[in-house]
Amino acid sequence: MIHFVILLSRQGKVRLTKWYSPYSQKERTKVIRELSGLILTRGPKLCNFVEWKGYKVVYRRYASLYFCMCIDADDNELEILEIIHHFVEILDRYFGSVCELDLIFNFHKAYYILDEILIAGEFQEPSKKTVARLIAAQDSLVETAQEQASSISNMIGQATK
Amino acid sequence: MAGGSSSSSSSFSTAPAPSLVDSLFQRSLDDLIKALRSQPAGAEPSLLSRAVAEIRREIRSPDPDTKAVALQKLTYLSSLHGLDASWAAFHALELLPSPSPLHKRLAYVAASLSFHPSTTDVLPLSTHQLRKDLSPSSPPPFSSLALHLLSLSASPDLALHLAPDLLPLLSPRSSPSSPLRPKAAAAALRTLSVCPDVAPLLFKPLVDCLSSPDLRVVSAAVGAFAELASSGDPTPYLPLAPEFYRVLAESGSNWILIKLLKIFTRLAPLEPRLAARLVDPLCDLLRRSSAQSLVFECVRTVFSGLPDHDRAVRLAVDKVREFLASADDPNLRYLGLRALSMLGPRHSWAVEESREAVIRSLADPDPNIRREALHLIMVMVFDSNVVEISVLLVNYAMKSDPIFANELLDAVLTTCRRNVYELIVDFDWYVSLLGEMARNPHCTRGEEIERQIVDIGLRVRDARPELVRVARGLLIDPALLGNPFLCRILSAAAWVSGEYVEFSRNPLELVEALLQPRTSLLPPLVRAVYIQAVFKVLAFCFSTYIDQLEISQLSSLGNSTTGGASSIVESNTAAAASCIADGIAGMESTDGIATVGPLSENDEVEVHGRARNLLGLIHMLREILTWKTEEQGFIKDNRIGEIVNLLQSMFSEELGPVSVNAQNRVPVPEGLVLEENLADLAWTLTEDDTAPSMSISFSLRSHQHGKTKDAAASSVRSASLLAEHRKRHGLYYLPTEKDETESNDYPRANDPLLPASQGDVPEDLVKLTKQSLIPRKVKHTKPRPVVIKLDEGDGVSTFPSTTVKESKDDLLSGAIHDALLGEGKPSSSQKRYSDKSSRGRVKDIADTGESVSQSKENLESGNREHRSSGSKSKHRGHGKERHRSPQKNEEKEEKNHRNSARSSHHHERHKHRPRGEALLNVAPRAPVIQHFLL
Repeated sequence: MIHFVILLSRQGKVRLTKWYSPYSQKERTKVIRELSGLILTRGPKLCNFVEWKGYKVVYRRYASLYFCMCIDADDNELEILEIIHHFVEILDRYFGSVCELDLIFNFHKAYYILDEILIAGEFQEPSKKTVARLIAAQDSLVETAQEQASSISNMIGQATK
Repeated sequence: MAGGSSSSSSSFSTAPAPSLVDSLFQRSLDDLIKALRSQPAGAEPSLLSRAVAEIRREIRSPDPDTKAVALQKLTYLSSLHGLDASWAAFHALELLPSPSPLHKRLAYVAASLSFHPSTTDVLPLSTHQLRKDLSPSSPPPFSSLALHLLSLSASPDLALHLAPDLLPLLSPRSSPSSPLRPKAAAAALRTLSVCPDVAPLLFKPLVDCLSSPDLRVVSAAVGAFAELASSGDPTPYLPLAPEFYRVLAESGSNWILIKLLKIFTRLAPLEPRLAARLVDPLCDLLRRSSAQSLVFECVRTVFSGLPDHDRAVRLAVDKVREFLASADDPNLRYLGLRALSMLGPRHSWAVEESREAVIRSLADPDPNIRREALHLIMVMVFDSNVVEISVLLVNYAMKSDPIFANELLDAVLTTCRRNVYELIVDFDWYVSLLGEMARNPHCTRGEEIERQIVDIGLRVRDARPELVRVARGLLIDPALLGNPFLCRILSAAAWVSGEYVEFSRNPLELVEALLQPRTSLLPPLVRAVYIQAVFKVLAFCFSTYIDQLEISQLSSLGNSTTGGASSIVESNTAAAASCIADGIAGMESTDGIATVGPLSENDEVEVHGRARNLLGLIHMLREILTWKTEEQGFIKDNRIGEIVNLLQSMFSEELGPVSVNAQNRVPVPEGLVLEENLADLAWTLTEDDTAPSMSISFSLRSHQHGKTKDAAASSVRSASLLAEHRKRHGLYYLPTEKDETESNDYPRANDPLLPASQGDVPEDLVKLTKQSLIPRKVKHTKPRPVVIKLDEGDGVSTFPSTTVKESKDDLLSGAIHDALLGEGKPSSSQKRYSDKSSRGRVKDIADTGESVSQSKENLESGNREHRSSGSKSKHRGHGKERHRSPQKNEEKEEKNHRNSARSSHHHERHKHRPRGEALLNVAPRAPVIQHFLL
């Protein structure tokens, strides 16, 4: 299973974290520090796998972002690389040629998309279209609800004045 | 809930309840992100703490919008800036029931980040809301959020309470192609793994998911089983093998196939018939598939699941060779090496076939690949090739970068040490190899080499002469003294040459080496060892000298008529002895006093004490020198001779290795209270932590002033002494025209290789080993010397076992056994009852015997049907039949389960054990399932 997903910028800034195994906040900070030391120092044209405390971390760099996933020793590394690529493609499709800033300012959206791809550390949705459809449906649901809410609150606000 | 929170917030006098103004002027997440991005470097901590203070105020607002935004900001800060969000768990909980999808979504994300299954105490409060959102009547997005939260932060209690609520989501009837079913399967997996007690409830629906027409559901279920089978005992899943096999035959999705293969990797070793059936489909996939991930998974399955099926292994090895040969993809090279290391030593031919690629990988630019290659090579080490491989690696360590060089040395050291040097036949060779390792410029493994040098000295009597020779080589080289990583090795060398001085060809040279000027660079404790070694060497020399004198005196006194030959021998030995004495006299006048003298005033007590000892000995022995001139001196003052002999006999008592259990054999004296817990001592440790132990100085005198002068003077003196020492031993590393006064900055013995010469390293490497890695019989010219072993398993490391996890897995597999009606072998948690159930099984076996042939027919027809596609009805029929009998019992079980869950779920496992045993008799069909498709 995937134990956690971390997105790191080349400067070591964290852009997204998702933990599928229980880690306390202290452990999380420690893990991120250790991994950024391990991964960001690796040059190009090296393999995408790092062994770490009996686990394996599969990472892949897209532009200035490192996508890292930690898996068990007997999991399939190449499969994880494909999942990472899948995730990036969906992000790309959703944001329209995604860049780091998109993730910074829409960090919740990135979470929602990741939640459609992975659950409980398992891969769940191989179809990019389905993910896009589900996310769009959720977005529209939220939007309509918000419109309603705002109109109601407006009404209340005016009524109380 | 909102009301409750506002009343509680008003009780805080320091932080006033958030007002309308707060909500109006609340900073949004975007504002916060912009502020964080535009702040100057270094201002982040203050900005963060201000933001958190703000959030703490806002989050108590009764207005859900304000609360939601605060929560959103906190989520951002905690997940990206590592701030603690656990304090806000309750506030996330408050927002969960919100009817607004936006708030709900935020609340769930916040909860999944801040909830921790074991530390969040408000977790039980979420049970009700989760149940509500999981119910089929709530909108699917809500259920999806609840499933996510359940799968991330399920505590055993929560899992137990919510497992029944997963059932409707898992069942195919409620929503034929709902996106929730795969999610529910994944959540069920987590629920099962945190709380094995729910197995009877969730296992069957999970199995049903395998036959769903929706590929995502199948994928989720297969993923769940792959996780379950690989995290614990796979035996309980063996009865499901036919079902998995069917999915393997039908499914075309690589995602599913990879997971399936993972399951088969665990199951195949348990059931030879399954392995035999897997060969064909696996070979097919290996040949056909273009997806490397799938090919690699096949290779893994073949290597670790079916190592006995040569056809499959052959094909997989070919694939691995392709991987290793892929020049442009480091990932494949890495995985190829990994795959090879999964093969046991039995298939060493596979490694041999790609020997060149493996050895070439030692020079790969990627350290991870190099490490993997090293690991692989070390697995292939046997007593027949240990010499070749070790020499290859030690030589290569000279050329590689410092980190990897030490990994190489480590690998050689640990492999050779294994099981009290069981691989080593020729200890002379190994000892000289240790010496070579010490000369590696990158070597930082001084401690391990020190340990082994001393250990071999103690254990292997026959290796001692060579050990002393190697030690001499290390000791006389002044260049090694400057390297702080080597001082431990030098300390061992000094100890060895002192302890086994009788094997030394030239003890005098040893003394000189031990007292050479650059020893001042050594840490005090090592110097102490050096001086002690000098002491031993001197004692040895004089005692032999006195022995010689005695013999010659006796012979000259006794008779002058003995044969000429013997007198010649005697005169020779006497001459040698007098030579020694001369040398000692010389030494004493020059080096000895010069070096040891100042040491007797050294600050370090160890050095100080030992130097004093040594000086005392030398003063006493001075007398001896006069004996040569006075014939009667020896007889007059035999006292000294006695003392020297006493000293020598003291040192000549042999030291041996100490058993690991030696401490246990010492009885604890009465009245001695041994503390179980040493936590009280923690404070002493923390106090000492600041000062490293090396610098403890029991300063005898304080010459703070004038010290620099001393140092300068001594450096000039030692420079000249060093020059002399080098001259005498012909050790010139530098061109002589270099300024002599700079000689204190001695170059390191082995400068790292120039990068230019590293180009052709791989070719060198490959050339270096034309030998095979395959173990072969070699005739040992020398018999292996005796190695003293004290304890069985001496030196075998014990692996820390993950007992907690194991026990949990056992619980889970036990529970699943129960869920599957406990057929097959009893799992470990069931063993207690196995004596009872085995009686029941005798009958079963008779039944199975009959049904085997029948079931084979079924199998054939069933398979044909799968391949002709379309009608799965017959198979389904089997599936139903198989589960029909459990179903009744499970319903019963479920009821029982719920009752007991209310009282205390801990006792429950024990409660339905006996029932499981009873079911064994009821359902004789169960073992048949195993034979069904195999």
